[in-house]
Amino acid sequence: MLIDFLYELRRHKLHVSTHEWLALMEAMAKGLHDSSLDGFYRTCRALCVKDVAEYDAFDQAFLAYFKDVGADALAITEDILAWLADPKRMRELSPEELAMIEGLDLDKLRELFEQRLREQKERHDGGNRWIGTGGTSPFGHGGKHPTGLRVGGPGGGRSAMQIAEARRFKEYRKDVVLDVRQIDLALRGLRQLGREGAVEELDLDETVDETCRNAGELEIVFRPPRRNRAKVVLLMDVGGSMDPYAELCSRLFTAASRSGRFARFRSYYFHNCVYDAVYEDAAFRQKVTVADLLAESDRDEKLVVVGDALMHPAELLDGGGSIYFYSQGGRTPGLEWLRRMAAHFRRAAWLNPEPDRFWPGTTIEVIASVFPMWHLTLEGLGGAVRYLVRGGEKPKVPEKAAWGRSWTGSYDPD
Amino acid sequence: MFSGTLASMSDEPESFDQFRGTDTYIASDELRHAVNVAVALSRPLLLRGEPGTGKTLLAENLAGALGLDLVRWHVKSTTKARDGLYVYDTVARLHDSRFGDGDVKDIAKYIKLGPMGEALSADHKVVLLIDEIDKADIEFPNDLLLELDAMRFHIDELGKDVVARERPVVVITSNNEKELPDAFLRRCVFHYIDFPDRALMERIVRVHHPDIVDRVLDQALEVFYGLRATPRMRKRPSTSELIDWICALKKAGVDLGRVGGGIPFLGTLLKTEQDVELVAKRAKA
Ligand SMILES: Nc1ncnc2c1ncn2[C@@H]1O[C@H](COP(=O)(O)OP(=O)(O)OP(=O)(O)O)[C@@H](O)[C@H]1O
Ligand SMILES: [Mg+2]
Repeated sequence: MLIDFLYELRRHKLHVSTHEWLALMEAMAKGLHDSSLDGFYRTCRALCVKDVAEYDAFDQAFLAYFKDVGADALAITEDILAWLADPKRMRELSPEELAMIEGLDLDKLRELFEQRLREQKERHDGGNRWIGTGGTSPFGHGGKHPTGLRVGGPGGGRSAMQIAEARRFKEYRKDVVLDVRQIDLALRGLRQLGREGAVEELDLDETVDETCRNAGELEIVFRPPRRNRAKVVLLMDVGGSMDPYAELCSRLFTAASRSGRFARFRSYYFHNCVYDAVYEDAAFRQKVTVADLLAESDRDEKLVVVGDALMHPAELLDGGGSIYFYSQGGRTPGLEWLRRMAAHFRRAAWLNPEPDRFWPGTTIEVIASVFPMWHLTLEGLGGAVRYLVRGGEKPKVPEKAAWGRSWTGSYDPD
Repeated sequence: MFSGTLASMSDEPESFDQFRGTDTYIASDELRHAVNVAVALSRPLLLRGEPGTGKTLLAENLAGALGLDLVRWHVKSTTKARDGLYVYDTVARLHDSRFGDGDVKDIAKYIKLGPMGEALSADHKVVLLIDEIDKADIEFPNDLLLELDAMRFHIDELGKDVVARERPVVVITSNNEKELPDAFLRRCVFHYIDFPDRALMERIVRVHHPDIVDRVLDQALEVFYGLRATPRMRKRPSTSELIDWICALKKAGVDLGRVGGGIPFLGTLLKTEQDVELVAKRAKA
């Protein structure tokens, strides 16, 4: 029976290893779960889940499994929970009633619960057969049932079901939008340690070597301590379709510009798409040409672009396509400018606040074929940082994105 | 001081509920359970959570409750895994060979055990605290896997094995700053110390200020949780700041119910200028 729960966890993308599962079996053999569902919840979570970002998935798996409600039937559960959220007064149980429900075991309870769920058609309060509030049925809450499964609602102590149900760890999920601290932590990964600067740390190996070379005469060698050498260029799309994400971008900026974080940090703004120039300020007054920017940037610096990459295809693909570009009269399409930038830097990443399900068939897809692109979530940011530091896998771009290459002027993504 | 409930280790090896919090440390049910699972399975306990949620303090209190000595290993950005086991003081040996005092042939003299080395070579069971493991290099935890599994290590210079007589209780803390390697995580019992809710926080504050009046505590918590809920705050005030703040309020005899306008001693709660400004701006609006 328990092995099914393992698969339930896997279904919720919790990759519990055999190692961990065996530890759980050992714990249960030792009775650490206290033969209770609450104890099981705690023991299992402590042994199988190693990240607070996954607590929520665990809660969901736990709810799903122990309430026997599949993901598709979740709607029903929500109803039940809402209804149970307003409990009726509990009345004392008679000794017979208590005795009667004493002996039920978990499997039986689940079975019964399932059956009652199916039978029950409407809200029910009191009584002793149906799931409801204030009754003596082993299901539902506010009732007394020593072996019962608690289904939601506040109780005396906090039961596992309540904890799972409260889903307190929802905001720790990796796929939700970020706050400064989370961005901060994610960016911490963006570092390349190297020895640079003042020599102030004893270099043992060199000291030994030098001393030997010196025929035993002690020769102490110092070296510079390790520092972050990563240099970052941040390009941000502002205005227009980016307005809803302004807050998110400013958080990213706050975290990235924190002093001392990178060996060098520069940030520029653009609108919609990059053409021949970017700007030092969001009001577009201080212009820096792309040519200058590239000339001043090392190939090893990391280019990070933040933008929704969403525009009319002509703005990206046509020469002189930008409505904001008329003054320059340039004939080079935006995509070409983007290509030049992507080609200059050894590693560049594009962070997109648009959820990836909206990417197909839009200019996002085309730009993603030039810049490795991640959705701007904790997970996406983590992926981008890993890529910037270590290289390796880029996110996949669908073949379809090739439509940008054969653009002939009429917009028909399919 | 530590009157924390504990079952004697020797005569009742199966007794599980060895840690129930102590007089000076308030632990949630979930935390207590995680601690007990880790102790019972002799696996390292990995604690994460916001700064000031009592991760370090837990190790101290656990040692107290179990009646064991605590060995601390405070990890820094430059700490190497091997430093925790032992350091071979080459420079001292070179120095001695050059200036001739001491017997340089006795290498053991130049081997200094690190905190983990001490914990493993102790003749009794100890609690080993590896504090802020995330501060070190990404590979640091991986370099300790073998030692944590087998609770033994090898001193190359002496050709000697050190094997723990009794597996130490290992508590590892992390500020959640970096991903820890999977292989390492698999071996740990994990618990995320969630920020205490109001009820738990009341109990924690009472540990430090036993004589605090209900009304004062209530008002202080109201202000404190209000501050924490301020959006876009860089560093939200933590438990330790709350405790310090209440201390300041008490010393100055400030009555929160009476003072109008700003929050007194805001500097005790907020540690960055931006946050102070942010709160000031919101207070005006
Ligand atoms: N559960 C608790 N019971 C009693 N006091 C607590 C508790 N949690 C926190 N405190 C108070 O907060 C202070 C900070 O705790 P501690 O240093 O252990 O935090 P930490 O989680 O290790 O923080 P950091 O991540 O900054 O190292 C303690 O000295 C204590 O005063
Ligand atoms: Mg600490």
